[in-house]
Amino acid sequence: MDVRDTYRHNVLTSGHRACSGCGEAMAARMVTDIIGPDAVYINATGCLQVFTTHNQQSAWQAPWIHSVFANAAAVASGVEAAMRANGKDTPVVVQAGDGGTFDIGLQCLSGMIERGHDVLFVCYDNEAYMNTGVQRSSSTPHAVRTTTSPPGRLSEGKHHLKKDVISIIAAHQMPYAATATVAYFPDLKAKVEKAMSLKGPRFLQVLSPCPLGWNHDAAQTIQVSRLAVETGLFPLVELEHGAVTGVMRLARQRPVEDYIKLQGRFKHLFGSKGGAVEIRHLQALADARIRRYGLLEADTEWTTDTANQVQRRGRGGYARVSKGESQ
Amino acid sequence: MEGSHAVAEAVSLCRPQVVAAYPITPQTHIIEHLAEMVADGGLASEFISAESEFAAASIVLGAVAAGSRAFTASASQGLLLMTEVLFNIAGLRLPVVMVCANRAVGAPINIFSDHQDSMALRDAGWIQLYAGSNQEAADTIIQAYRIAETCELPVMVCMDGFFLTHTFEPVDLPGQDTVDAFLPAFHFARTLDPTRPITLGGGSEPDNYMEYRQHQHQALVSAATEIENVNLEFAQTFGRDHGGLIDAYRLEGAEVVMVTLGSVMGAVKDVVDSLRGQGQLVGALRLRCFRPFPASALVTSLCDTGCNAKRIVVLEKALSVGADGIVVTELRAALHNAGMAVIVEGFVGGLGGRDLTIEVIESVFRTASDGVSTRCRFAGLKPESGDQSTMGES
Repeated sequence: MDVRDTYRHNVLTSGHRACSGCGEAMAARMVTDIIGPDAVYINATGCLQVFTTHNQQSAWQAPWIHSVFANAAAVASGVEAAMRANGKDTPVVVQAGDGGTFDIGLQCLSGMIERGHDVLFVCYDNEAYMNTGVQRSSSTPHAVRTTTSPPGRLSEGKHHLKKDVISIIAAHQMPYAATATVAYFPDLKAKVEKAMSLKGPRFLQVLSPCPLGWNHDAAQTIQVSRLAVETGLFPLVELEHGAVTGVMRLARQRPVEDYIKLQGRFKHLFGSKGGAVEIRHLQALADARIRRYGLLEADTEWTTDTANQVQRRGRGGYARVSKGESQ
Repeated sequence: MEGSHAVAEAVSLCRPQVVAAYPITPQTHIIEHLAEMVADGGLASEFISAESEFAAASIVLGAVAAGSRAFTASASQGLLLMTEVLFNIAGLRLPVVMVCANRAVGAPINIFSDHQDSMALRDAGWIQLYAGSNQEAADTIIQAYRIAETCELPVMVCMDGFFLTHTFEPVDLPGQDTVDAFLPAFHFARTLDPTRPITLGGGSEPDNYMEYRQHQHQALVSAATEIENVNLEFAQTFGRDHGGLIDAYRLEGAEVVMVTLGSVMGAVKDVVDSLRGQGQLVGALRLRCFRPFPASALVTSLCDTGCNAKRIVVLEKALSVGADGIVVTELRAALHNAGMAVIVEGFVGGLGGRDLTIEVIESVFRTASDGVSTRCRFAGLKPESGDQSTMGES
C-alpha cells in the first residue's frame, strides 16, 4: 500500500537530524518535493547526507545514493548514462553543498556539464564548510568570520571574495543555470519546474542560511535569506546558454548593514575602524552586483515585494497532484 | 593481436552498457579500441570520456548502482587518483570490473611496467587477478564479470603494461553466443529504482561499521571458491584453464620454488625448464589471484601434492618501501600460520620496467640462502649501485 501523502511527496521526510532553522533542510525539502519521488538523487558528502542518513536510518523516500565528497556529479553522469542505456528517462538530481560544488566538486561538475549529461545539479549554498564546524569555503563572502578565517589583530575575517560560481557554470553554455533562495518559495518552485522541463545539464544555486555557521537566530532563516536578496548581495538570476534571461527586480535596495547585523559571522566588523572599511567593501560589492544585473530597473513580472504573493495551489502549496488523480 | 586490443574485444563480448575512462599510458589502447567499437556501432554502449580517472571511477560506480554493466581501465597515477572511489565501490559492494595496465608510480615519473600501482590498492576490497598472457587477460575479463556479479564484489584485472598491453600474441576470442551463455545479463538487486526506493551509502557509526567490514571481508575470502569454480566452468566451456587462484609449474619433487606474478612467468618457466635439464629440482608458481590472498591454496601447492619445497624465492615487482616485498610478507605469514618452517626469500625486481632477464631469474634461483630470510633484496640492480652481492643486496 502506498502510504505517501497525496498532496505532499515528502521525498525528504521528517525525523532527520538537521539543526533547528536549517536553511538547507528547508531548501532540500522544497526542491525534492517539487521534483517528486520518481527520480534518482545523488548526494555529495556534507550536512544533508549526514543529517538524512544515519546508522541504517534514512529520511529519503526516493532512490538515493551517496559515494564520496567530490564525485557527486560524476556518479550522476554514470547513473544518467545507465538510464539512457536502459531506455529509461528517470530524472537524475544531484544535491551538494557549496564545498561539493564550488571547491572539491567543481571539476566533476564541469565535466558533467561539458559532456551534456541530462542532470539537474542543485547546490545548497550555506557559504562555508558547516558539516565540519564552519570553515571557510570559496563560497564564503568577504570579511566573514569562520574557524579558518578568524578575525584577529591582522585580519578582518576572510580576505577573499565569494567565488562567482553561477557565472562559471553558465560559461559552459548549458541550457539553464539559476540562483534561488528559501525566502522566495514561488520563485524557487518556478525555477525547479523550469529546470525539470528542460533536457541536458541544469544547475540551481539555492542560498541556504545556516543558523549555526552564520550565527543568527534560528527563527530568522527566512528573513536573513530575504535580506541577502534585497541588499543585492545574492542576486536571483536565470541564465540560459550563458546569457542572462531573467532576474528578480528589487522593489527597493536595502543597505548591507541590515543584512549583516543579524549575523554573528559579521559581528567583528562593527565598532572598529577596519570593520567599517570592510562594511563599505561589502556595500560596494552589493552595488556592483545590482548594476551588473540591473536589479533596480529590470522589467520583470515579479519583484522582491510581489514574488511571494502568487496564487498558491493545493495544500502546502507545492506538490503536484499525483498521477491518475483528476481535479 | 595486441594485448590491449584483445582485452577491448573481450570487454565488448561482455556487453558493457557504460564505459568510462581517462587516457593514461599504457592503458590507453584499450579504451581507444572500445571508443572505436562504439563509434562504429559494433558495441552498443555509452562511452563516456571522463575529465579525470577520479570521475571515470565515479561514473562506473553510478552506472552499476543504476543497474548497468560497466567497465573502466587505468594505471599508475590514474589508479591512485581513483583510490578514494575504488574503496567506495568496494564498500558499496558494487560489481565493477576494471583493468589495471600495471605501471610504475612516480616520482620519478615512469611509464613502464611494475606492480606498485595495483599493489598499493591491495587493501581496497577489490578482487585482484593478475594475467600472465594476453589470452589470459582477455579470458579473465569474461570470468571477472561472472565473479563480480555473483559475489557483488569489484574485480581488478591486472595486466603488465607494455609487456602485455603493447605486445602482439595470437589470441583466440570466443564467439558472442558462447559468452552470452556463460555470462547472463546483469541484474543488480540493489539498483536505484523509483519503484523500490533504497538508500545507498548512508552513514554508519561505531556500533555497526565493524560488522559492515567483517561482512565485506568474509565475502572477499569466500570469493576464492567462486574464482576457482568460474575458472573450471570457463575451462569446460572455452577449453582454456589458466589456473584458478594459482598457476603452478613443475612443482613435482621441486625443492626450490619461485613464486611470482604476471607476465614474467613465461621467462620463469623457461628458466625452470633449463635448470631441470641440468638436474636441479626447481619449480615455479604464479599467483593468479592476489586478493583474496589464496593462503590455503599456496600451502597446499607448496607443501603437499608432491612438492617438497625447502626453499621458496619470491620475485615480485613491488615493495612496501621501508618494509619488504609485499607478496613475500604475506606468503611467509601464510606458511607460518600453517606451521611450515620453509625458508622464504624475497627479491624485488623489474621496477619501472627494468627487464627481468633469464640471467637475473637464474641468479635469483641460484643465490644461496644466507639463512636470513627476512632481508629484502633487489634483483637486477646496476653494478654501480654499491651493492656487494650479485643480487644487489640492500
